[in-house]
Amino acid sequence: MRSKASTRKRHRQLVLFTAPALAFFLIFAVFPLLGTIYISFFQETVFVGLKNFKFLFTDENASTRLLYAFLHNCEFFLIAASVQLPLALCMAALLTSGRVRRMTGFYRTLLFIPSTLSVVIVGFIWRLIISPLWGIVDYPLLGEKATALPTITLMSVWQYLGIPLVFLYSALLSIPSNIIEAARVDGASDMRILFRIKIPLIAPQIGIITILTFIWTFNGFDIIYALNGGMPGPDYSTDVLGTLFYRTFFGWGADQGNQNLGAATATIIFFIILIGTAVYFATVQRRLKVSQL
Amino acid sequence: MIQKEGKVKNQSKNLMVHLSLLVFVLLAIGPILVIVINSFKTTEGIFSGPLKLPDSKTFSLEGFKRAVENGNFIKNYFNSTVITLGSTFLTVVCSCLAAYGITEYTTKLSSMIAGLFTVGIMLPVTLGTVVILKMMVRFHLLNTHLSLILVYVGICVPLGVILMVTNFRTVSNDLKEAARIDGANEFKTFLIVLPLVMPGVAAVAAITMLPIWNDLWFPLILTTGPQTQTLTLGIQQFVGVHTNDWEALIASLVLGAIPLILLFTLFSKQFIKGLSDGYSK
Repeated sequence: MRSKASTRKRHRQLVLFTAPALAFFLIFAVFPLLGTIYISFFQETVFVGLKNFKFLFTDENASTRLLYAFLHNCEFFLIAASVQLPLALCMAALLTSGRVRRMTGFYRTLLFIPSTLSVVIVGFIWRLIISPLWGIVDYPLLGEKATALPTITLMSVWQYLGIPLVFLYSALLSIPSNIIEAARVDGASDMRILFRIKIPLIAPQIGIITILTFIWTFNGFDIIYALNGGMPGPDYSTDVLGTLFYRTFFGWGADQGNQNLGAATATIIFFIILIGTAVYFATVQRRLKVSQL
Repeated sequence: MIQKEGKVKNQSKNLMVHLSLLVFVLLAIGPILVIVINSFKTTEGIFSGPLKLPDSKTFSLEGFKRAVENGNFIKNYFNSTVITLGSTFLTVVCSCLAAYGITEYTTKLSSMIAGLFTVGIMLPVTLGTVVILKMMVRFHLLNTHLSLILVYVGICVPLGVILMVTNFRTVSNDLKEAARIDGANEFKTFLIVLPLVMPGVAAVAAITMLPIWNDLWFPLILTTGPQTQTLTLGIQQFVGVHTNDWEALIASLVLGAIPLILLFTLFSKQFIKGLSDGYSK
């Protein structure tokens, strides 16, 4: 029997309880992001307007690097999404097919283990396995411009496949069993149930995975840096926005770093992610929800 | 007769499902096993037959010995543990408090705060690194455990809050009202209902630890000094520098991966719950 009159008291309690979490979030996540956008308009302490952006977009070297990093990110995302999703869906469908029973936990746990490794370990394991030193693969996959980025992308897919798998697995589990039973009574085969009933029902989750993959890949840095350092070769062919940001900010080798240019690079990446996410939610996700009805 | 045929067909289908899953498991675990196997071999053994099991000739524990003795390995291990546990503890505490507040004192403001955290889950905080570094320099926190802990809590708290909100929503009002009638203040009431959301706490803890232990970006920027370096960064530098001591290198990779593999195997249920509840909402 709490008195409804004490809205002020409720507000005070709310603020007290949420203050620590809000403080951490606002100071160490929101403020740095906004601050980064702010200082991208400065050079040292002088306000320079859009000059940093103009430099990044028009300087011959800088704009080439930016364009290629962006294209490499697109490639990374497209390969990752198109390999990861069917594989994860296939595994999740197998796990929830009702034919695995007591072994489900066993498979699920083992399939997720690569995702618990650090990129440093993943990069090392795969570099060793495909290295010509060991002779399992004869072709220098990481040494050729054409194959380096797809190879790294597949390493990343191998590592993180467990995450979409877990999403899709729980999504498939949450489908009410009477829907499936009804279809089965009507004589629908396993495959038909999967493609006609289960997959359409989990379309929103498939969408979420796609957009998370987009954010993670465009924000990605670790695996490329772990394998190829801050100037990812051969001949920048594996350079992505994350490594470009690191190099612009911190410098690498003979390249001097500049924090304001770094901030401008981060701002560009931020807006790429923002626009991509907004477009996605405005178009695709909305439609997915509608079709679910 | 027909029924029997159906049963055989069904069993062969089951077998097919198991076989396909085993192939996937092999693909997932095989490469890790290759590294584990090679961590027990001499350098010669590693290169003469990388896929062979160690035999009496190639078996060696020298790698592990040298990895542990080598430089900062133990210290890095300690640093990673302090940073991961510290961030996880703070994330859990802040998330529980905030989630209790949001579910208990529902006003317009509370749903705004919840919305803020929901958006926060997807925020690419690494893009704020320039300013984070400036802040840490300003407050003389560079090369301290605290610098990483603060950033990690900031990054992890939104997902933690949203997960705990779904957990606190399931707590019935009776217990809280009973506690209040007994004269408990709001904080005491919070402590009384806390045991009921322990599964959620475990999920938040599990999902927070993993990316922190494995993070490379922030250690690379905030704690490069040898005293505060994390294990992941230490191994990264080891991979870059001492490429000729393969035994120690592979052994340290294995040692670095063990804690999380172990933790995940023990808490995989909580982890999976955290992952699927947190992002699908």
